[in-house]
Amino acid sequence: MGAFLRQEWWIVAVFIASLLPLVHVLFTGRVSALRSLDRRWIFLLMFWAVLLPIYYVSSTGNVLPEVPGALAQATFDEIEKLSPGDPVLMAFDYDPPTTGEMAPMATAFVRHAAEKRLRMYFMTLWPPGAQMIDDTIARVLKPDFPQLVYGRDYVNLGYKSGQEAVIKVVVTNLRELYTTDVLGTGVQNIPMMDGITSIQQMKLIINVASGTPGTKEWVQYAVTPYPNLRIVAGVTGVSAPLYYPYIPRQLNGLLGAIKGAAEYEQLVLNRYGGPNPNPKYMEGLRRMAPQLVGHLLIIGLIIVANVLYFTDPARGRR
Amino acid sequence: MKRTVPLLIAATTGFVLIVAYFVPPMQSWSEQVSVWFDILAAVAFVLGGANLMKIHLKHISDRARGWGYSAVLVVAFLGTLFVGLGKIGVNPATQFPDFAWSGPYRQNGSPFWVLFEYVFTPLNSTMFALVAFYIASAAFRAFRAKNAEAILLLGTAFIVLLGRTFAGVALTSWIDPAVWSGFQYFTGLRIENLTVYIMAVFNTVGNRAIMIGIALGIVSTSLKILLGLDRSYLGKE
Amino acid sequence: METSAPSIVWFDLSRVYFLFVLIAMCGAVLTFIVLARRGMPMRVRQIAGLASVDDAVGRATEMGRPVLFVPGILDMNDIQTIAAVTMLERVGKTVAEYDARIEVPTSKGLVMVAAREALQAAYASAGRLENYSADDVYYVTEEQFAYVGHLQGLMAREKPAACFYLGGFFAESLLLAETGNGIGAIQIAGTAQPQQLPFFVAACDYTLIGEEFFAASAYLSGEPDQLGTLKGQDIGKLIVAAGIIVGSVAATLAAITGSPAVQRFVVFLTERVMS
Repeated sequence: MGAFLRQEWWIVAVFIASLLPLVHVLFTGRVSALRSLDRRWIFLLMFWAVLLPIYYVSSTGNVLPEVPGALAQATFDEIEKLSPGDPVLMAFDYDPPTTGEMAPMATAFVRHAAEKRLRMYFMTLWPPGAQMIDDTIARVLKPDFPQLVYGRDYVNLGYKSGQEAVIKVVVTNLRELYTTDVLGTGVQNIPMMDGITSIQQMKLIINVASGTPGTKEWVQYAVTPYPNLRIVAGVTGVSAPLYYPYIPRQLNGLLGAIKGAAEYEQLVLNRYGGPNPNPKYMEGLRRMAPQLVGHLLIIGLIIVANVLYFTDPARGRR
Repeated sequence: MKRTVPLLIAATTGFVLIVAYFVPPMQSWSEQVSVWFDILAAVAFVLGGANLMKIHLKHISDRARGWGYSAVLVVAFLGTLFVGLGKIGVNPATQFPDFAWSGPYRQNGSPFWVLFEYVFTPLNSTMFALVAFYIASAAFRAFRAKNAEAILLLGTAFIVLLGRTFAGVALTSWIDPAVWSGFQYFTGLRIENLTVYIMAVFNTVGNRAIMIGIALGIVSTSLKILLGLDRSYLGKE
Repeated sequence: METSAPSIVWFDLSRVYFLFVLIAMCGAVLTFIVLARRGMPMRVRQIAGLASVDDAVGRATEMGRPVLFVPGILDMNDIQTIAAVTMLERVGKTVAEYDARIEVPTSKGLVMVAAREALQAAYASAGRLENYSADDVYYVTEEQFAYVGHLQGLMAREKPAACFYLGGFFAESLLLAETGNGIGAIQIAGTAQPQQLPFFVAACDYTLIGEEFFAASAYLSGEPDQLGTLKGQDIGKLIVAAGIIVGSVAATLAAITGSPAVQRFVVFLTERVMS
């Protein structure tokens, strides 16, 4: 840290300079200035709370240690216990705004499945999800697993409109909706589609979802009516609480928010990482540093706000 | 008549689909209706797009306040539509090299792909990222320990906020049976374990209660609509 | 080898318990509608957010600023949007009566069409049809954050005095609520998305939580039929609560006593009735 501060003294200088006006405001206005603080100062504090840790992590490559929790471990174990050649459905139901939380999960899932030599069937219920699948394949499979062949080891079935109606159909008859893959090749000409007629033949559904339709619909319309199906999911932090009622009978593993992604990445790295893991497989871990500072900032703001509230002389008169 | 016919359509369709849920030969009807709805929504999208163009072209022609933004919108809308529908810059698919428009419209490097990757995605991500700033300002403004419930809420918030980071793990890492065997009964008090317990028990309970209430509200509202007790969505007579 | 002719199964027996629950819930609602029509008084507790609709619109009228009504970002096939459009008629009637101006940007074409119908009906019922303008309800974009970007810009420029966020919302809920707070608008929100409720509660003046949002239309109308449905909902809650208590006690007894009969009952509840 000391070496970083010495080397990157300029960013520290900019940080201090940007907050000098705030110090001046507080020094002249004192507590009353704090009570009527322009929220743009809070925005600036949050900006630095996120930027400085990101810059530190990017410059030094250091990440905070991560201890995987039970849910991340359960998710990892579900994939780890599969055998090479087992078919898994990779349902990526998210869009660009949530890439920050979802992309690390998607990357880690695809890497894990590729390391296990599982047969990956990609599909999505969201229109932008098709691009997310392409990006993940381009980021993971093509550079790091060139031995995997499209059509034999992984296939991209793409997007189908209809939202949860798509799930209701593919769970009994996949080919009714998916007659071609995303490139226009008929499914009858794709070797890994031989014998695959429905989702029920998948050993596991790996769902990365940031809204509706998403994990809840997969649980409701696929896993609940067909209890032999198993599913693990990566979801946004704000929606993770909704899925706890489904654990463990209907939802076999859950990664919630970037913390869940970081824990899962740590597990994959522990098993398949090697001495110098590629930074793209550590995106979740790298984002834990700004999350830490951001959370501490919010806690600090709440404490300051409550101190101001309880020391407000006008409060007793209301 | 103007409201009666749609009301009859809504009521008949609704009750038929409810019955269809219990009758195996009819259980696929709801999926078919979902497909019909998608077709309707696609047509309505054209309607919405036409309305959008009408409003903004009017802004431009009237030189109304902010008409420049309307011009940007019209150019962006028409440009993206043209580039996407026309598959501008998209190479033919390798399976069908003789057909110029056989390539996927999202082909890497195509103008549509560039618009998606370098305009749409960053703009969307930026808007979503604003939530972090607003959470901080909302926390500073609104989270006051005014009463017992608020104190409980804040305490829980602190535990979950810390439990989701390394700080929480470090804060209670000393509760370790390796340090003292007696701590084995207190590992549940480690912040990361407390967080999991709060989410898995208290949060789940609260969410289930709200979800049950919402489900009952949906049943009641749906019944009102199907029985024609609530006809607001149909417009005037 | 004997073969049997296939026969059509006309009733899915695995769903019979769900049918019983459905009949019980709907029966409760229908019963109270009938009782309400027969004159039984229906007392409903005050819901603060709904009681302040008139105040909010009045404030907008006094300040000469518009009312903003956001019906969520879901389509008309979602019950929240239908409830929002229903509320729009109620709020629109108040706006018409007060001679205020309302703006309803929508993110779906079908919602725009339905919202126009509802608002027109509202103005007509207030006797102010000449003040209705179809351009007050317009389509913006389907894209979630582009929609909220438009709303934030609208709020920053036109500074509506009252903002209603009623319908299905996702990540944009806090963006809207904080922006509204920043311009000093009175904000009333309602959604059935549990994960967005904390943001609305933190940033809005009044929040309709879960079923209060669905009760809003009935509450504002004051009609006996509509209030009867609220009572029926409450009976539904009692049925659910009774089921929870019976199931919890049975599961606890099964775990403590290990009684095969109680265990069979718990299995029956979880795998037949609840599945």
